[in-house]
Amino acid sequence: MPSYNDEGVVLRTHKLGEADRIVTILTRGNGRVRAVVKGVRRVGSRFGASCEPLSHIDVQLYEGRNLDRMTQAVIRRSYGTELAGDYPDWTAAIALAEVAERLTPVEREANLQQYLLLIGALRAICDDRRDANLVLDAFVLRSMAVAGWSASFHDCARCGAAGPWRSFQLASGGSVCDACRQYGATTPRPQTVALLGALLSGDWDEATTAGPQVRSEASGLVAAFLQWHSERGLRSWPLVERAGSV
Amino acid sequence: MYDPVIGELVEELGRFPGVGPKSAQRIAYWVLDADAEEIEQLAKVLVEVKRRVKFCKVCGNVADDDLCRICRDENRDPTMICVVEESKDVIAIERTREFAGRYHVLGGAISPIDGIGPDDLRIHELLPRLADGQVREVIIATDPNLEGEATATYLTRLLADFDLEVTRPASGLPVGGDLEYADEVTLGRAMAARRSSAGKAGVE
Ligand SMILES: [Zn+2]
Ligand SMILES: [Zn+2]
Repeated sequence: MPSYNDEGVVLRTHKLGEADRIVTILTRGNGRVRAVVKGVRRVGSRFGASCEPLSHIDVQLYEGRNLDRMTQAVIRRSYGTELAGDYPDWTAAIALAEVAERLTPVEREANLQQYLLLIGALRAICDDRRDANLVLDAFVLRSMAVAGWSASFHDCARCGAAGPWRSFQLASGGSVCDACRQYGATTPRPQTVALLGALLSGDWDEATTAGPQVRSEASGLVAAFLQWHSERGLRSWPLVERAGSV
Repeated sequence: MYDPVIGELVEELGRFPGVGPKSAQRIAYWVLDADAEEIEQLAKVLVEVKRRVKFCKVCGNVADDDLCRICRDENRDPTMICVVEESKDVIAIERTREFAGRYHVLGGAISPIDGIGPDDLRIHELLPRLADGQVREVIIATDPNLEGEATATYLTRLLADFDLEVTRPASGLPVGGDLEYADEVTLGRAMAARRSSAGKAGVE
């Protein structure tokens, strides 16, 4: 199978040599792939905007030893173009891409759920005009659940004792009961834990009622949760412009 | 395949932009055949250039002194500043002869996924240049790709509080390319037909 067709979302691009790029694409059927695109930075390249971050494309790829080579690309939708005029939304969407990349560590390992979550998050920002910061936090929690790191924001994450509980322990995966609580547990606002639960379950009506302080505390916990499991922080996270941070 | 000495040279030459393995080999053998003096002269120029190159204290462009050639030139229009990502974009715009103002070189574009935010670019250095009110127009000529676009969005918002016109080159530059690859005619036309960055009518 030297050449194959798929659809995907461009997560990131690197300049290569004088006029080429390496693009990282999360595909629907083949997981995360990296491909060389020849001449894409030259004016009049047939690839044009299809190889820009956050473009949803149909691609033809030619399998290589290390990197694949992109031979054709047709844009389905350019989320990047739609968002580049709104700086806070754009930074949040770029962070979505970095999260998707981080949580698909093995190349060419199909991950349909992660792919659908990414498309869903981009649509939630562009079409449903959801708050991009909340979408990002929800995306991280759900992507981590897909990756096997499901969090609990109600019942005890260790023993399952029915919550809600006041204590929160990253290492245990969320809320912990008094018996399971260990050194280092924190006690976030109850509304913050409720917001995290709403984001994970997709309860937008509940999530949008949260005030700025609660949202900010929730984002901090989401970032810490991701960092705890993926061992390092995201480069884009501190650059995401959050409401009230301007 | 090569003697280690030559192999090392071929490898180093192969890192030059536009030089593939074949060209690297060709240049390596040219070096072997050339007079020792000739090669010493070449090596001297390389070292010298790297040692002497500076960046303009005002605009960030490549310079041989504290100020670059353009900032020193008193005939340049002091009421216009064109913001670009890199020094090579200055050269691209100069070639069009459509712009007589001064430049501001950011040193790249905002790219959160690479950890590059507004504070990593020469954005703060732009603001003092606008303080005395002499500058009437800032043209944001970042690359026609999404990082360039988002950087322009950021700058437009930042400059909204200043009493000046913020414009962008007319659309028509193909998306996804580097500014330096735009041909003179296309780029010249885009510079001449600028549009307001706030989405209002054109400047001219
Ligand atoms: Zn428990
Ligand atoms: Zn200068």
